Amino acid sequence: MSSPLVEYLLRLGDDRLILGHRLSEWCGHGPILEEDIATTNIALDLLGHAIMFLRLAGEVEAQGRDEDALAYWRDEHQFRNLQLCELPNGDFGFTILRQFLFDAWSAQQLDALARSTHAELAAIAAKALKETRYHLRHSGEWVLRLGDGTAESHGRMQAALDELWPWTGELTYQDDVDAALRADGSAPDLGPLRAPWESAVGDILTRATLRVPDGPARMTGGRFGRHTEHLGHLLAEMQIVARSHPGAKW
Amino acid sequence: MDPEVPVLSIVELGIVREIAVDPASDGVTVTVTPTYSGCPAMHTIEAEIRSALLAAGFRSVTLKTVYAPAWTTDWIAPPAREKLREYGIAPPGALAAEPLVSLGGPPGRIPCPFCGSGNTSLQSEFGATACKSLHVCHACRQPFEHFKAF
Repeated sequence: MSSPLVEYLLRLGDDRLILGHRLSEWCGHGPILEEDIATTNIALDLLGHAIMFLRLAGEVEAQGRDEDALAYWRDEHQFRNLQLCELPNGDFGFTILRQFLFDAWSAQQLDALARSTHAELAAIAAKALKETRYHLRHSGEWVLRLGDGTAESHGRMQAALDELWPWTGELTYQDDVDAALRADGSAPDLGPLRAPWESAVGDILTRATLRVPDGPARMTGGRFGRHTEHLGHLLAEMQIVARSHPGAKW
Repeated sequence: MDPEVPVLSIVELGIVREIAVDPASDGVTVTVTPTYSGCPAMHTIEAEIRSALLAAGFRSVTLKTVYAPAWTTDWIAPPAREKLREYGIAPPGALAAEPLVSLGGPPGRIPCPFCGSGNTSLQSEFGATACKSLHVCHACRQPFEHFKAF
């Protein structure tokens, strides 16, 4: 296993790479033109965040892998993203609600990481946080609009929330990797971030007349390479061109 | 010039942070910071910096990317903002402090860059490039872009 810092950076980068890819699948399929542009803009930002984290992972690892090598030449079990990020898009309500849950989490996590003792990690987090807050405003407003919308939109949003909630348990998953980075202040303790996340998310969900499910949120596995069946299909599409033409340049 | 906002130079936009010339080797090091993390124009900008400096006679050009301090539209000075307005893009206002989670859209109405009216409304927070949003002026009926305060 690679160093804790490399693992940690892969987790941060892979969340954003995989979710950004999912969002990019809406390109040309958005419900309205403005939303098509918005989802692809956000996808581009997430890809930018992924590039920064994965590039640093490659530099720290010092095995000659850059962000492209990490994105295109790892297999499913080597990805460290949350399973939440790899779930298929579903309808637009499901996509935007997943985005809202992730954006709200990402804002908490990046805000804490911006105070990391690791200077480069802190700089990337501060940069990514600015854009993430903008994304959160967008996804949060859609949750209000659709949750407190028509009977049809409300029903779809509640169904999406019921399906997505169990996958949010993994947000605060921590193991030896986190412990190693917490020891020198490079990374925050994720546990205490769950409460402010639930509070911020709960506030908007309540205003959207949506009910947070009672059940436990206990899905886990992505952080150590165990994924749903959906990730392999996503990777096949994302990696096919790079693997068919190794070393090709624009 | 910025490839997507061709009235502003990359210095006016705040993308170029530092230029260091080494007279001994006839080399130059340029430190840049991206506007938005996913800005697809960065590759073009870096290639153009390189070719412009090589054409100017430097023997070697080194590009460095920094992320801190994070880029902000507050670095765009008033004369550059005026250039944006003349080009038809409503310039960014001063950046306001906001809580971590805030809904409700950007504060205030953006004045129309064509007729100056404040009777405008937001069409979309995301425009043709990451740095701009879409608005419409109800006074002169002109749609316009706004360089977001960021």
